[in-house]
Amino acid sequence: MLVHLNKLINKILIIFLMFVIPFSVFSEEKNINFIETDWSFEGLFGTFDRTSLQRGYQVYNEVCAGCHSVKHLSYRNLSEKGGPEFSIEEAKAIASQFEVEDGPNSDGEMFMRAARLSDKFVSPYPNVEASTAANDGAYPPDMSVLAKARAGGADYIYSLLLGYEEAPTNFELDDGVYYNKYMPGNKIKMSEPISDGIVEYSDGTNATKEQIAKDVTSFLVWTSEPHLESQHRMGFKVIIYLIILIILVYMSKQKVWSQFGSKNLEEEEVFDKVEKVVTEYEGEDPKTFK
Amino acid sequence: MSEEKYIPKSKLGQWFDSRLPLLTLSHHLQAYPTPKNLNYWWTFGGILTFCLITQIITGLVLAMHYVAHVDHAFESIEHIMRDVNYGWLIRYVHANGASMFFLAVYIHIFRSLYYGSYKSPREVIWIIGLLIYILMMATAFMGYVLPWGQMSFWGATVITNLFSAIPFIGESITTWLWGGYSVDNPTLNRFYSLHYLLPFLIFGLVILHIWALHVPGNNNPVGIDVKKNSNETMPFHPYMVMKDIFALLLFITVFLWFVFFAPNVLGHPDNYIEANRLVTPAHIVPEWYLLPFYAILRAIPSKLGGVIFMFAAIFILMLLPWLDTCKVRSATFRPIYKKCFWFLVFVVILLGYLGAKPPEGIYLILSRLATAYYFIHFLVILPTLGRYEKTDPLPQSISDPVLDKPGMLDKFKKAAVKYEGENASSFK
Repeated sequence: MLVHLNKLINKILIIFLMFVIPFSVFSEEKNINFIETDWSFEGLFGTFDRTSLQRGYQVYNEVCAGCHSVKHLSYRNLSEKGGPEFSIEEAKAIASQFEVEDGPNSDGEMFMRAARLSDKFVSPYPNVEASTAANDGAYPPDMSVLAKARAGGADYIYSLLLGYEEAPTNFELDDGVYYNKYMPGNKIKMSEPISDGIVEYSDGTNATKEQIAKDVTSFLVWTSEPHLESQHRMGFKVIIYLIILIILVYMSKQKVWSQFGSKNLEEEEVFDKVEKVVTEYEGEDPKTFK
Repeated sequence: MSEEKYIPKSKLGQWFDSRLPLLTLSHHLQAYPTPKNLNYWWTFGGILTFCLITQIITGLVLAMHYVAHVDHAFESIEHIMRDVNYGWLIRYVHANGASMFFLAVYIHIFRSLYYGSYKSPREVIWIIGLLIYILMMATAFMGYVLPWGQMSFWGATVITNLFSAIPFIGESITTWLWGGYSVDNPTLNRFYSLHYLLPFLIFGLVILHIWALHVPGNNNPVGIDVKKNSNETMPFHPYMVMKDIFALLLFITVFLWFVFFAPNVLGHPDNYIEANRLVTPAHIVPEWYLLPFYAILRAIPSKLGGVIFMFAAIFILMLLPWLDTCKVRSATFRPIYKKCFWFLVFVVILLGYLGAKPPEGIYLILSRLATAYYFIHFLVILPTLGRYEKTDPLPQSISDPVLDKPGMLDKFKKAAVKYEGENASSFK
């Protein structure tokens, strides 16, 4: 019995380790404790808060878009299911505020036109070099997949936005570099981007620093994973389906296995053993009690 | 192989089968006798076949949308994730599928180590299996380069640079591999081409692996030969098929849980940053399944030495059937080997952990000790144990140890009562 228990513990241990180690390996950079927030998009049933995403877009547009691009996002995404779900008209109106280069036309000339739903988000700078040069040598990263490109994801972005502090007295900072509690190395070239009331929400939400950070972080998680909601929905259905299927398959398997070798055979087998044991104990000719 | 000759029932079947014996093959696969005492560790062969097929199918679809060019690769992945119908699902299945494939293959390999499945007469199965494993690592490594993120680029740079450690011709080999003087577009293109090719080679080897398995038949947890076509074996279909499907579904549940609820947890966040040759990531780490070898590579102070030891760590396994001189297969009857085995499991997992840590201080010391044990285990302990270990007595047949199982005693008693009448209690 003890041997069996021992084996079982060993098995559980190895499975546990195999799963735990990859996790702990990549969480090494998560040692800094980010600010704890309840995100509506986390968990098995996580969905985005539409109004928060819409506000988040507003923050992106009014605050971040001056330097940061989201070049993998299209304007049509704004009206798609599972996102901020602006109406088609609203999304069209948003797109039309931007100009994109098109062409060549029949004269071979490139021309500018208002953006359409099918266009990708217009970037603030024509290329990485231009944006780097305009920002003192620090490239403001494209934010399309930012939430997936940083250890800590949403928590990291949220904490970073709220993590600006006075540098400790013995901490040396160059000009144009700021102190941030959550930035790896604590030095960041982006000045504090948000403050209370930096945007005025059209839906009347109080634009505190925390609210702004939360909204824009939600928006950035959505831009990183625009299908997150359908992913969660499908995942839930799939797991339920699998559980039912597993139960049915297990029952079928038990049924099939019970047919193996028919009862007679098993009894005969056990009887053989009985014979053997009895012979050992009584030293008799086993044939006598057939 | 089943001994009796199979003759199809229908005339058409006979006509066809005498020209191409596909029906005989199908019959053989169904009737293939498997030991009835196989436990769930034996279901991973089927699971691995499933993994390979999943990777090939999802990969095929991804290849329809992916662009193998340094300027477009990253963008085309985002295109797949955003604009292709269910592209996110296909890509996440493919990316997590690689991790699951390795998880299953490691269980499969360690199962073989525990139960001595590599021993005579199954050496060829073992060696083909290792060739599959090596090709898997190459395929996975090249696949990881394709998204052209930071880890793709720098991982490729580090690994291809290993070949420059070869004396005299190393530099030329690296240039040849790169198709230039650094990891660049030609490198990406050839990696894509090879990443597409290798899975089909793996598929071919899998067929050989199974063929080689069907000659001697399965090993089993007791590790002694079974009598074929006795009540010790059961036909593969439907018994093993049902059991394999059940285990496979459990595996798929874990797999899909990762896909839907934690698709990026096994990857590295830096790979969502587009490759940039001017910025080196703080820590360059390979995917988790390559970490033990990465730790061995860095444990050796010289570059060439590290490369030699890393490859030796893989190729030493090829010699395993001859390094392990013990005739008893299953670790169940080898008390000392069993302890060494579990320690090896621990050491390999430890190496994986250390591979992700910077090679300094305590991490470096530990990885050297772990590397030392890894080689001592195979080169010293196994050959010695074969000579000096006192193994437990082996049972006569695979049915014997069944008596030890809880519940069997009751059955035993019941049967005894039935045949013996009231006196049954006397020989308890």
